[in-house]
Amino acid sequence: MNPDLFPRLNRVIHEKGRLAIMSALAAAPELTFTELRDLLDMTDGNLTTHIRTLQQEGFVSVAKSYQNNRPLTSCTLTAAGRKAFAQYIDLLDQIVRQSRSK
Amino acid sequence: METKWAVDNLQTIRTLMERSALYRRALAPIMILAGAIGIAAGLTGWLCRIESNRGFVCLWLVTAIISLAGALFLMRRQALKDSETFWSPPTRRVCQALLPAFFVGLVMACLILAFSSGSGGQGIQLFLVILWVLFYGCAVHAAGFFMPRGIRWLGWLFIIVGCVIFSSLGGHWVDRLQPHLLMGGIFGGLHLAYGIYLHFTEQKTPTA
Repeated sequence: MNPDLFPRLNRVIHEKGRLAIMSALAAAPELTFTELRDLLDMTDGNLTTHIRTLQQEGFVSVAKSYQNNRPLTSCTLTAAGRKAFAQYIDLLDQIVRQSRSK
Repeated sequence: METKWAVDNLQTIRTLMERSALYRRALAPIMILAGAIGIAAGLTGWLCRIESNRGFVCLWLVTAIISLAGALFLMRRQALKDSETFWSPPTRRVCQALLPAFFVGLVMACLILAFSSGSGGQGIQLFLVILWVLFYGCAVHAAGFFMPRGIRWLGWLFIIVGCVIFSSLGGHWVDRLQPHLLMGGIFGGLHLAYGIYLHFTEQKTPTA
């Protein structure tokens, strides 16, 4: 197995909570904070922290608006986030294929 | 060991991606179309004095088929417009969730059609309206787990309306209700109102 593959996995995405957020956002054009929280069964604080980290990396963009006079926070994957996520999956796939071929 | 971890991660990613892909395609136009067809069918049944049980069931089965065909047409059109797969996983899950309750409603209608006499029977028709409304509410609520959250409220609304009418059966105001107008009012009215609400509130993001 190529040992160089593991260090190449993106450390920001690799964390369990952030990987879950990236996966959920990769399949939906946009998810609200509440939808993400319910889907991933995370606490508000935990989700906020992970989203902030992903936002700082430029992987997720957060938009705040109002719907029916109530604040609405929506998250989307940025182009950089989508690319980083695709690379992460590609690396995982390579790791699996390499070990199976042995 | 490391490979197992990678496989597990890929599986988790796949599961989460499937769960987060909600059905959002053409909801407002579908609701508005279903509402308009429902109201038109209610008025048609009432004005044309379709009073037999068979006539009642046939009219509303045809209405359901037309609404379904219209909904599929709108879904297909948006899928083509956005270059998406028509039979996407969210679409498939929504259909699977709707199917059991729709099937029971259809069986009820077929039994009424097979065993009822030709003459009118407002009691049977009212009972059928209540059953359809309740089953439809259950179907919409089940599908709501794969759609934006508001759909589940619509499902509950159908269930509550069905329960209110059911609990009032035998009361003088319920017995005066014309089944066709009741169907048009409930199915047509609620769909139309929800469609208009969605039209003005839902975000214009595509997908599937």
